[in-house]
Amino acid sequence: MFEPVVEVNGLTKIFKSLKAVDNVSFDIYPGEILGLLGPNGAGKTTITHMLLGLTTPTSGDINVFGFDLKKYREKIIQDVNFSSSYASMPNSLTVKENLKVFARLYKVKKKEKRISELLKIFEIEDIEDKLVRHISTGHQTRLNLAKALINYPKILFLDEPTASLDPDIADKTRSLLKSIKKNRNLSILYTSHNMKEMEEMSDRIIFLHKGRIIAEGRPEEIIRDFRRKNLEEVFLKVAREEKI
Amino acid sequence: MKSHRIIALFTRHMYLYRRSLPRLMEIFYWPLLDLLVWGFITVYLAQFRQNLPGFITFFLGALILWDILFRSQQGISVSFLEDVWARNLLNLFASPLNAAEYILSLMLVSVVKLIAVATIMAALAWIFYSFNIFLIGISLIPFVLNLIIMGWSIGIITTALILRFGQETEVLAWALGFMFMPVSAVFYPVSVLPPFLRTIARYVPASHVFEGMREVISTGGFPLSELLWASGLNTMYVLISLLFFYWNFNVVKRKGLLVRIGE
Repeated sequence: MFEPVVEVNGLTKIFKSLKAVDNVSFDIYPGEILGLLGPNGAGKTTITHMLLGLTTPTSGDINVFGFDLKKYREKIIQDVNFSSSYASMPNSLTVKENLKVFARLYKVKKKEKRISELLKIFEIEDIEDKLVRHISTGHQTRLNLAKALINYPKILFLDEPTASLDPDIADKTRSLLKSIKKNRNLSILYTSHNMKEMEEMSDRIIFLHKGRIIAEGRPEEIIRDFRRKNLEEVFLKVAREEKI
Repeated sequence: MKSHRIIALFTRHMYLYRRSLPRLMEIFYWPLLDLLVWGFITVYLAQFRQNLPGFITFFLGALILWDILFRSQQGISVSFLEDVWARNLLNLFASPLNAAEYILSLMLVSVVKLIAVATIMAALAWIFYSFNIFLIGISLIPFVLNLIIMGWSIGIITTALILRFGQETEVLAWALGFMFMPVSAVFYPVSVLPPFLRTIARYVPASHVFEGMREVISTGGFPLSELLWASGLNTMYVLISLLFFYWNFNVVKRKGLLVRIGE
């Protein structure tokens, strides 16, 4: 068995009186796509932000590549990246300029070559000199994903990565992510409200509800345990707070 | 601390200003307007104040130097707001970039912005009013440095407050600098202030700079005491502002506010 690249133990986050994340523990293994699933307010985004060091946990430990995130964040984050629907790129810069800035931030070697590769992969070469404010939302999502891969990350946190993409590009993006995962042994923490996508993408799923893990396993195991036909039905059951 | 990350952020802001006419106007338009309006008023008033030598020098020198302080502060706080408006903070702080590198990059942006503004203002003052800012002499360098550092302190405090209390407090980016104007003795000596404001002014570095500037113009002497006061106060304030920023940055992370700003 491989050593996990991410180890989370007893992670808890309390905002005033709200327990947003409640004693959560899980691991992410090399080359694995772990899906974080749950209704709004389940704690998915808070967990992702704690894993990135953007929010300080109330208690619990996070180890990435065997290092304590609190002590070695700068070193760890160099090999991590993320894409979120909550963040966007400066819209007064061109597509290429944005990628250049992030290539510098992550000290990517052969920046121009890497940027060209990513522009080609995400089929946004023809808009590389356009200002971000002049490109479509779908193109912006692809730019965010290109930025997320700029530093050849070993771990990727993706929050709704295919939101606002048309079915064709969304499908290409999923295939691309799976191919990168396979070729580069990339580990991905994936959140989405598209249950079909979660079933297709995730090797394993953690189901969160009110900050706690209520189910964990392969998508088919979770569907079976909840006695439902698919993840969508599981999600609806949890979101509507039927007896869990 | 990695220079490539500071340069990356600096480059991001330079890309922004390179092609954005509204942003370039924001840098040049107001200082230009100030210089023209107040410059001509000064010329007009000077006709009635024959007994006050160097009236134009006092006034225009003060105007240009005040703008250096204000632009230095804006270089930090408005550049930070650019990242808030662009909803880019999350991307930046999810990278290896740390708070110190972020602040340093903003300081660099502020220096470039104010070099541009000061050059234009000095040139126009020369063209329109035959006023040479360098008449102030060698003291000009420590004066300017002190004003830049005071501007940074205000800018860092402003940035910390916006981080903590959210985008609705962004008005501070324009307002906080001006709060110090009455007690900075920009256009009048500290002695005209009422006693309680005089006491406050003594602890404002800019008041020592402007008092010093007037001393240079009136007597030609080197205002060592004023410069020492300004430098000492600035050293203390810039350290306090940095400590406040770091403390506040940790509070913001603990409260999960970093990810909410700009939403």
